[in-house]
Amino acid sequence: MSKSLKLLLTAATVAGLGAVAQAQTYGLGREALPEEVAAWDIDVRPDGLGLPEGSGSVLEGEDIFLERCASCHGGFAEGAGRWPPLAGGQGSLSSDDPLKTIGSYWPYLSTVWDYVHRAMPFGDAQSLEPDEVYAITAFLLYMNDVVLDDQFVLSNENFTDIHLPNEDGFFMDDREESPLFPPHDVCMTNCADSVEIVMRANILDVTPEDAAAREARAAVAAGTETAAAEEPATQEPAVDENAIDMELAAEGERLFRQCAACHQVGEDARNRVGPILNGVVGRHAGAVDGFRYSGPMTDAGDSGLIWTPEEIDAFLENPRAYMNGTRMTYRGLDDADDRAAIIEYLRTQE
Amino acid sequence: MTDSHQKDGPTRRSFLAGSAVAGAAALTGTAARATDPDPAITEVQPWARYLGDGVDARPYGHPSEYEAQVVRRNVEWLTADTTSSVNFTPIHELDGIITPNGLCFERHHGGIAEVDPAQYRLMINGMVDRELIFTLEDLKRFPRENRAYFLECAANSGMEWRGAQLNGCQYTHGMIHNVMYTGVRLRTLLEEAGVQPAGEWLLAEGADASAMTRSIPMEKALDDCMVAFKMNGEALRPEQGYPVRLVVPGWEGNMWVKWLRRLEVGDQPWQQREETSKYTDLLADGRARRFTWEMDAKSVITSPSPQAPITHGPGPMVLTGLAWSGRGTIPRVDVTIDGGINWVEARMDGPSWDKSLHRFYYEFDWDGSPMILQSRAHDSTGYVQPTKDALRDVRGENSIYHNNGIQTYAVAADGSVENVEIA
Ligand code: HEC
Ligand code: HEC
Repeated sequence: MSKSLKLLLTAATVAGLGAVAQAQTYGLGREALPEEVAAWDIDVRPDGLGLPEGSGSVLEGEDIFLERCASCHGGFAEGAGRWPPLAGGQGSLSSDDPLKTIGSYWPYLSTVWDYVHRAMPFGDAQSLEPDEVYAITAFLLYMNDVVLDDQFVLSNENFTDIHLPNEDGFFMDDREESPLFPPHDVCMTNCADSVEIVMRANILDVTPEDAAAREARAAVAAGTETAAAEEPATQEPAVDENAIDMELAAEGERLFRQCAACHQVGEDARNRVGPILNGVVGRHAGAVDGFRYSGPMTDAGDSGLIWTPEEIDAFLENPRAYMNGTRMTYRGLDDADDRAAIIEYLRTQE
Repeated sequence: MTDSHQKDGPTRRSFLAGSAVAGAAALTGTAARATDPDPAITEVQPWARYLGDGVDARPYGHPSEYEAQVVRRNVEWLTADTTSSVNFTPIHELDGIITPNGLCFERHHGGIAEVDPAQYRLMINGMVDRELIFTLEDLKRFPRENRAYFLECAANSGMEWRGAQLNGCQYTHGMIHNVMYTGVRLRTLLEEAGVQPAGEWLLAEGADASAMTRSIPMEKALDDCMVAFKMNGEALRPEQGYPVRLVVPGWEGNMWVKWLRRLEVGDQPWQQREETSKYTDLLADGRARRFTWEMDAKSVITSPSPQAPITHGPGPMVLTGLAWSGRGTIPRVDVTIDGGINWVEARMDGPSWDKSLHRFYYEFDWDGSPMILQSRAHDSTGYVQPTKDALRDVRGENSIYHNNGIQTYAVAADGSVENVEIA
């Protein structure tokens, strides 16, 4: 009884915000250590609270961005495919087709730093050092014309001097002041003379069909595709397996940029979002030590899948269709010549 | 495939034949008369002759194989990848107010985090007297409560701002679910840490690969928020934040941080990506509302609807739907079958809980002619769900979020249903 009375009393006497300190406690949990708080408390506020020491330039940022971000966000941060654009759109907000980016929409620079640091690159979050995040942020400011000097260096010292163009474009929720909000009577009978249908969803035809129909169609498509893909493959046995077309490989090296956000090759290669790809051509699937593959990839390797050029080609064309449940969140490479070039390049990486 | 054909072949045919008669007869108020005996009755069905599976054949039970179409679905063209995407609750197939755990829509920003409960930690830090760490076991030693709340994504119906686009309430209204949560009041945990007087804001953070973060005003945090570990009686599903998620009743789903790992107390909002770049409502003049937390009152007819057409012909029928409000309960829903010329009050049925889904029904005799269906919710504050056009007048078409306009369906004489807009 005394316990609930005490609860009642505290609730009654201290109704104000923040005054809950005197309320009942249970002595559960333990005190957090400073190292633990530091490891998780990485948020950054518009006033700069939470920013670590560090700095990075536009040009450094460009290099990092091309390697780790451009495969999804485009080389100019303009966005690739349906991945989000990060630059452009200034002046578009009141148009029929607003483009919301860091430069056109975001109110605070701290959000860029905080978000890139906590969540990007997609699939390899929290792998960037503070200096790298400063550099990427500087590059994104440059791509959005917020800074015009490509020698610009962003640091914790000058961070809060920078303001994004749309900082004043936001206001607090005021829906309750809208004319729609107050209670009102509604008409129940003879409320209109006639009604007319003015728009129909069927005309757009963008609704997903039910699964059975989609599967049937996919099965038909897959059937014709494999038939088409097999033909050239059977015409090629005459080619010398070991001869590397250096010109094609050089083209592949350039195209490999879109893989580099997730994969490394070469001497100092490390596992990133994706496994090291040294020597992948001709190797078992799912075989890089210390990399956490998806279940389907491990199973494929266990049941003997070898990464022949043909298998890699099929995988790269549409990773998710090739292997349901793969962790490779890459949209696929439509162009068969591009795929051939990348595979040729991978063959040079022993 | 041939297998399932055989299974429902004879029964379906006799059902259709029987129902045509039933429909015609119903108009005159008498029961139908069959000409031939129904083989579903006169023939011994396999399930009536042979033994079925024993206990333990299904240690965790699944729906009947005949319900295989009742699944979440996504709209592939919407997003680049399923790890940053959404799928939709099949509300056209459900009834009552509780959403089954396996059908609650999913929205992820970095895929589903598979958190090991033994490694689970909840941290409270910032402007508190004691910065604390709780294990899952610690959380379960605080007093618990049970509450059913709807969770609606602020972008539910967001594809419909420019007009009728997707044909089915699963896609237009399916970013919603309603679940009975078990957990600890957020207030209890904050009291344990001792919020300092200047602590007017709370940052909630997830443990997934997007480290989802949202700022929540302390007033709401101390009011009705929960830190939940059970949904509909069992552990949270991984895709709903296992082992622990935040429950922010009546407010947009993005704030209900899943895989909750940290609560920070501060004196200002953090202006995170999900409350600046996203979840702000762009108006026609290019300015945007921020911190639009409450979900406005809304309703939708779930059957008949484009994915749940009328298959039984004219005669007695049941129209049903869902209504909800982030500001309270739903005492009343109006329904029209003539496009809003005349309305009737629907019959509310089932529990009426604060910030929970409500179920409504309207039973009537369909004469077999085309209909234009709408529903209109009134919430306990007196607010009335607006038409889509009234909403566009004040919001423009670029808001994405918080589209609670009245949904319209055209029903054709053959019983098929289409998502339309009227004037
Ligand atoms: C594999 C593809 C991929 C890569 C690589 C990637 N991103 Fe992203 N990025 C995404 C996706 C997907 C989102 C949206 C995530 C979500 O669902 O919330 C996103 C969102 C963003 C946003 C927020 C966009 C907005 O409008 O709100 C920023 C900023 C961003 N990324 C920066 C980066 C940077 C910087 C890098 C490199 C360090 C990077 N990204 C690498 C896929 C990627
Ligand atoms: C967004 C990140 C990402 C991108 C971009 C990406 N990959 Fe991957 N890749 C992965 C991941 C993750 C895996 C492991 C997949 C699994 O376990 O299911 C993988 C696996 C592979 C494998 C199999 C490796 C093995 O050891 O079995 C190959 C080959 C491969 N990727 C090639 C490529 C190529 C070539 C490109 C560029 C055209 C590319 N990937 C782009 C993430 C990516």
